[in-house]
Amino acid sequence: MSQVLVDQETTTPLLEVKDITKEFPGVRALDGVRLKIREGEVLALLGENGAGKSTLVKILTGVYQPTSGQVFRNGRPVSYTSAQQAWADGIAAIHQETIAFSELSVTENIFMGHPITKKGGLLDWKRMNEETQALLDRLGITDFIPQTLLKDLSVAQKHLVEVAKALSHDVSILIMDEPTAALSQKEVEELFVIVRKLRDEGKGILFISHRFDDIFSIADTFVVFRDGDFAGEGRIQGVDEDDLVRMMAGRSVEKEYRSRKTEAGEPVLVVDSLCHPTEFKDISFELRRGEVLGFYGLVGSGRSELMHVIFGLNKACSGSMTLNGAPYQPGKPEDAVSNGLAYVPEDRQDCGAILPMTVGENITLASLSKITGGLRLKPEKENEFARRYASLLKLKAHSLDQIVGTLSGGNQQKVVIGKWLGVDPDVIILDEPTKGIDVGAKAMVHSFVAELVDSGMSVILVSSELPEVLGLADRIVVMREGLMCATLQTGDTNQEEVVALATGLKTKQDSSCPC
Amino acid sequence: MEQVIKSYEIPDSLPQGLLDRLRSREALLLLLLGLTVLINSLLSPYFLDIYNLADSTQNFSEKGIIVLSMALVIIGQEIDISVASIIALSGVLMGAAASFGCGTGTVVLVGLASGTLAGALNGLLVTRLDLPSIIVTIGTMSLYRGIAFIILGDRAYTSFPDGFQAIGQAYFFDDLVPSQFIVFVMLAAGVWYFLHHTVYGRRLFAIGNNPTGAKYSGIRVDNYRLGLLTLNGFMSGLAAIMLVSRIATARPNMAPGWELEIITMTILGGVSIFGGMGKMPGVILAVLLIGMVQFGMQLNNIPGVIMSIFTGALLVVSLVLPILLGKFFSGRK
Amino acid sequence: MPMLNKLIRSREGQLVIFTAVFFLAVGIVSPTFLSFQTVDSILTDSAILMIMASVQMMIILTRGIDLTLAANIALSGMVAALIGMYWPETPLFLVIGAAVASGLLLGVLNAVFIALLGIPAIVVSLGAMTVYRGMVFVLSGGQWVNSQEMSAAFQAFPLNRMFGLTNLAVIGIVLTILFMILMRHTRFGRELYAIGGNPAATDYVGINTKARLFAVYVLAGTAGGLCGYLWVARFAIAYTEIALGFELLTVAACVIGGVGIAGGTGSVLGAALGALFLGVLQNALPVMGISPFWQMAVSGLAILAAVIVNSRGRRKRGQQILRVSN
Repeated sequence: MSQVLVDQETTTPLLEVKDITKEFPGVRALDGVRLKIREGEVLALLGENGAGKSTLVKILTGVYQPTSGQVFRNGRPVSYTSAQQAWADGIAAIHQETIAFSELSVTENIFMGHPITKKGGLLDWKRMNEETQALLDRLGITDFIPQTLLKDLSVAQKHLVEVAKALSHDVSILIMDEPTAALSQKEVEELFVIVRKLRDEGKGILFISHRFDDIFSIADTFVVFRDGDFAGEGRIQGVDEDDLVRMMAGRSVEKEYRSRKTEAGEPVLVVDSLCHPTEFKDISFELRRGEVLGFYGLVGSGRSELMHVIFGLNKACSGSMTLNGAPYQPGKPEDAVSNGLAYVPEDRQDCGAILPMTVGENITLASLSKITGGLRLKPEKENEFARRYASLLKLKAHSLDQIVGTLSGGNQQKVVIGKWLGVDPDVIILDEPTKGIDVGAKAMVHSFVAELVDSGMSVILVSSELPEVLGLADRIVVMREGLMCATLQTGDTNQEEVVALATGLKTKQDSSCPC
Repeated sequence: MEQVIKSYEIPDSLPQGLLDRLRSREALLLLLLGLTVLINSLLSPYFLDIYNLADSTQNFSEKGIIVLSMALVIIGQEIDISVASIIALSGVLMGAAASFGCGTGTVVLVGLASGTLAGALNGLLVTRLDLPSIIVTIGTMSLYRGIAFIILGDRAYTSFPDGFQAIGQAYFFDDLVPSQFIVFVMLAAGVWYFLHHTVYGRRLFAIGNNPTGAKYSGIRVDNYRLGLLTLNGFMSGLAAIMLVSRIATARPNMAPGWELEIITMTILGGVSIFGGMGKMPGVILAVLLIGMVQFGMQLNNIPGVIMSIFTGALLVVSLVLPILLGKFFSGRK
Repeated sequence: MPMLNKLIRSREGQLVIFTAVFFLAVGIVSPTFLSFQTVDSILTDSAILMIMASVQMMIILTRGIDLTLAANIALSGMVAALIGMYWPETPLFLVIGAAVASGLLLGVLNAVFIALLGIPAIVVSLGAMTVYRGMVFVLSGGQWVNSQEMSAAFQAFPLNRMFGLTNLAVIGIVLTILFMILMRHTRFGRELYAIGGNPAATDYVGINTKARLFAVYVLAGTAGGLCGYLWVARFAIAYTEIALGFELLTVAACVIGGVGIAGGTGSVLGAALGALFLGVLQNALPVMGISPFWQMAVSGLAILAAVIVNSRGRRKRGQQILRVSN
């Protein structure tokens, strides 16, 4: 297939990037990349983590300056040194991490950095509120007002505020860096309605996402980066997921998930009518030995909150659990760990790893007493222990003394998993284990899950990626709005049924809780 | 798949050059300590007198005792501003106990117990109510010293049992080394071992670097916080015993401004104010450095305030220098 | 009654109500307390703390802290006192100008290290406070400047009256109102909220964080310089240890006023009301026949109570995933 799109259109692109290279000390983040954003078009930018997508966004919005190469705006060479310059030239970005001031109002978030002032320099609150209301009207937003504080909005609503903010600059190019990462399917649909509306108004949209679903439903054209290099471009029509994956990874990644070798054994973890006052209720399931139990649901369906209770981070208000046949009532994570239960949290950076510490210190952290057999640290034993798990997980690091924060996301995740394998658990809970890690590391984690269950461990896999859950799990628990909708055998179900259950197309009767 | 990485065996550590060691904070502090000793011995013939030198340790050891536990507190991402007030409260309570005719043992017990309880209250407020330690201890700083004032007003207790006074006025090794310094050295060794060679120390670093991550790793973070603040109270009580028994006086306004001096020494020793970083050798060197500078100034009749200028400037400079030098070196690369 | 509801729910409203109730309760116990004279002396006594708490609030808002404010008062106050002593003929506005300039200079010094070099504010100000305090000693040679050595005009200004209030009270109220407008109705003020709320995001919206931080420390230093003169003239004495520990009192006033120590939340009004509350407390204790030695412990309890109330208010609400209530 053609790697280069023949430029059939004669109009000058709104924005053209030519041979941009960006070097940081010791790293070349971008190496001669190019792309074109045209009027009334959604361009999807794809690439694994570390491909240089975010670096390019920062160059386009004036946060970074390119080492070499040129950006053209309507055919005219430009170079921005601040976000305001980019705005003034009609380019706005909605960043991956929401750039929001949660203690301030919607109006203030929109006008921060370019306020409207009265004569004399005082702020003109009245006009700013009016203009904000006008922007919200234009986007058809009715569920919050300009004076609402941002902390009272949902993640999806915050994204809409970002869109409104971009419009307040009267931009012609909108860059959206993974806007759907934290949104539910319904919220994504709502966002796309607005994106299409903007596209039809003639704006150019650069859309960055990891989710192929999104790309196929919203994008018109695509461009792929790989390791900072340009890897291909074209129209979305006429390519499929495999083509894109091949371009992104430079090879075709085996989408083959595990083949089930073992039969699930006796129940290990039994959860019976577990309730939480605000987050979930009436949860009952069994996890058997050597089984992968998938938990699927939209973000905000209570999956992680349930896992927090099982791991002892929060308390349930009623219901009971048994672990290996014995009653299990974790009051603290330590209770869970000592009972043979491990938890790889969703938030790797803040909850999973201790980023400023070394690989070795991280891997041994949960098993220190076991390794040393006492109070005194024993560096040789610790290193031996850490090395064992580092090589088991094929960790790429220069040494055990490397600071975890300097590793790639995938390798950080391996460190966290290594830490928990070290405690030799019976049950391991993986909460979004492949979120934000690249295709290669993902495949690695997938094959590793298979190895774990083959060795007799039981796995709870919480994931928002349906193919992952369907491919890895033996059974799937579907959750919606804090309730269990169904427990399905993977073999007897399909993508459509699971999505229907999770989004509430199929209704499920209400259940009750004594608390 | 032509290029398969054969081995994922990774080495324990990269070789560390001599230059890296020399660039460490400990090396800087050691250099400064050497310079201080050199300059002082040139300025005053009495400085290098072994008896004078040994005697001078009395002055900084009381603060030094608290610096040791303060280092642990700050590494654990907490802070304690109430230490000087705990000294005042413990001191006054010991004075009260003595005035009721209690013996040496009871007075010591009162000192240690009141310090420990005051620290535990800090810890309970921080852990049970989930409050920031800086504000809690600003509050208890007023509260503890305030209680001392309520008990004693502007008076002072000056009569203590002889046995009690002997604690802070005793010398060991041929009347050479004051008891304060012996206590400091023993505690320093203990804290050093605790921080760098035990499982607890490692977990403390994890807590200091990322409390949430530590909690998710099955570490009882709140127990550590409670323990640290209680320990800091205990050490303050101990310092109060050493101080009160030395000067045989207890008044509510004693140890003024010590809390900030103690924190200054801790940070000068290389403990990061953000937690998670710090080494005991650096902290101990910082205590010795300040002690030696202070002693030299005393010999040369320089007032104590000048000393505090020096300490404050040293703290800021020790943080600015690496930044400026860093810019300089990276600019040359 | 949405306005009233909002008032009661806001920290400032609660604090006003609480202070008023406390004030009245003390008045019931000892009716002499309910007089203009009491109000007058509370305002006069709290004016400096109100100003200093307001600037401390701006700094805490940006996730910093300035522990040098008290030392600044001592040093700038000493500068004013020494000028007044050696050159008694100097016009008062020049004396005040010198104190303000000295405060500004100290503010610039702090700002260079904190805003430009990016060293943590708590560490810089911890070091700088001892340096500044030591400089008072160096300047004065360890001597006290007392009322005999100050001119009448120098001493009289803070307690002279304007609109029926002391100059000190008027300055306190006017500056507080100016600071409220600054923080609520100017770009500068709102950007300080943004910096404290989400420092990582400020680059993206084009806030010049360094310049803002620089300005806020200079502003605080300048206010400290003015208060240095006011303090020394009001109490008619200047020596090395004046206002010792006052820096932590400004933080306490902020905490009582509901300023979040983690940055990004709080208001000037809250901080000023916190200062006022401490002033009421200070004036009420003697009236109630409680020994002044109780004051410190009571303030300590007030700080602890305030921080507990603050944390209850900010308790993270659950995500409330369950829509169906039980």
